[in-house]
Amino acid sequence: MAAFLTVIQPGLFATVQDLGRFGFQELGMPVAGALDPVALRLANALVGNPLGMAGLEIALLGPALRVDAPSVRIAAVGPLTMTLERLDAAPQPLAPHRSHTLHQGDVLRLGAVDGASVACLAVAGGFALAPVMGSLSSYVRAGIGPLGGRPLTEGDRLPLARDGAPDGPDVELPQPPDYGAGPLRVVPGPQEDRFTEAALKTFLSATYRVGSQADRMGLRLDGPALEHRGSADIPSDGLVTGSIQVPGNGQPILLLNDHQTAGGYAKIATVISADLPRAGRLRPGDGLSFQAVTVEAAEAMRRSREQAIAGWIRAIRPVRPAGGIDLEALYAENLISGTVDIVNGGSDLPLL
Amino acid sequence: MEVRFTSSGDTAFNVEFGEAIDRATNARVMALHARLKAAPPPGLVETVPTFRSLLVVYDPVATSRREMQAAVETVLADSDTAPGDGRLWRLPVCYDPDLGADLAELADALGLTMERVAALHGSAEYFVYMLGFMPGFGYMGDLPVELDRPRRSEPRVRVPAGSVAVAGRLTTVYPWESPGGWHLIGRCPVPLYDGGRPDPVLLAAGDRVRFEAVDRATFDGIAEAVGTGCFDPASLRAA
Repeated sequence: MAAFLTVIQPGLFATVQDLGRFGFQELGMPVAGALDPVALRLANALVGNPLGMAGLEIALLGPALRVDAPSVRIAAVGPLTMTLERLDAAPQPLAPHRSHTLHQGDVLRLGAVDGASVACLAVAGGFALAPVMGSLSSYVRAGIGPLGGRPLTEGDRLPLARDGAPDGPDVELPQPPDYGAGPLRVVPGPQEDRFTEAALKTFLSATYRVGSQADRMGLRLDGPALEHRGSADIPSDGLVTGSIQVPGNGQPILLLNDHQTAGGYAKIATVISADLPRAGRLRPGDGLSFQAVTVEAAEAMRRSREQAIAGWIRAIRPVRPAGGIDLEALYAENLISGTVDIVNGGSDLPLL
Repeated sequence: MEVRFTSSGDTAFNVEFGEAIDRATNARVMALHARLKAAPPPGLVETVPTFRSLLVVYDPVATSRREMQAAVETVLADSDTAPGDGRLWRLPVCYDPDLGADLAELADALGLTMERVAALHGSAEYFVYMLGFMPGFGYMGDLPVELDRPRRSEPRVRVPAGSVAVAGRLTTVYPWESPGGWHLIGRCPVPLYDGGRPDPVLLAAGDRVRFEAVDRATFDGIAEAVGTGCFDPASLRAA
């Protein structure tokens, strides 16, 4: 039978995103994709999906989704509230950073995203939507992607690839992902030689603030102006997510996933890939500063970030209900070790 | 000129062939683009050609800057031959002041008649240096020097889709309604981006374009055929 999540309230800006539409930038096609790819990958891991599968990116205030399927497993990662509304039951808060198994007729109400710009929701098996140019990412500015490349709207039916939740217990991340803190690391360039010494020094020492003009395309940063050596204009060249371009007014713009493929303003630096999820989570008013690193150091930081993410995914474990015994975990443990240390939570400890 | 490598973080670098916007420099960009596309080194994500540089996007988990730059240098040392000529398109354009809101003003500023502006624009064969700004937006050159005029000082908030426009020594057709600062001199009835086509983007970097003046009735006829799905853009390919 057909299985859907039906949008009964659209929220403010929920879009389908995967890890981006690569391979078509030569045609001017922006990459788009999840602003916080770590959240998307972990949400997918929690429901047993390939890590790059498309999910919903929720900004500001999430949608309300009705389960029109026998069952579905979902997981959200990020700072958002969720409520389950089930017939004949009081509304029940659902925690992010773990999976939940929902049933026919349940309404999942995704609330406010608070503490970062976005959160991600994954469903087990993913959505049965047709990719556009090899990707399910939504580029809203040009209406490219599934659902016409637009945010969710009331009445949308998101087709599910599975018509039931997978077997096995719900699982959780032991703790929310750690995005790190401190300055965003950048590699200077590609046009650092288009700026004065003073501008480079200011850029690496001042505190900037995300201005009110902040969206999936980029963040305008308020702070000390950066002076060019000569003109701010260069022959248009390629951009990446994380490029920091500085137009003639000297106010930097940190480009995010919906950035244009090419641009004609000098770029002072580029945020390293390990720190892009942090950059994607920034909101208007957030403060930020920058620290220069070499490409080689950036590569090492990315590798260690990937190891951390792999570690979090390995640590995913069956959910242990607060104050109770998780029978499924209990049985599983009994099969292996013959006894269980319930006081210590039942897992992880070697037993004699 | 010596090739220069510049960093765009740890996921991309630029291979710069110079500072100038000219055919010879761009041919070297396109040659490297074509060769890397034909035989991508492991870890290459994609390459993005622009006027005078190629952005090489790679996966820093699968490879490294050192390895990827070495692979690119090998390809560069091997040969620098320009790829063959791109496709030639004949794009209809109606140079009508109702469809090109800046035609009269631009003609005035250049000291030419509107007819002369249209004739000059239609006289050249243009080369698609690169796409960017938005999906399918081609930067084409070189515009006859008589039409060289800086961008509008006040960009428009809304440029209609299909607008044929000029700025500096470049010309374009806006694939989408969007903001824009180029001078609008006419309209092309064939969409440069159409999500319903198997290849939604009509032009590719390296293609060549000639503009063919059509009258308003012909423009309306093509626009109607496009609207009803009866227009095959392949018919615009010159033999």
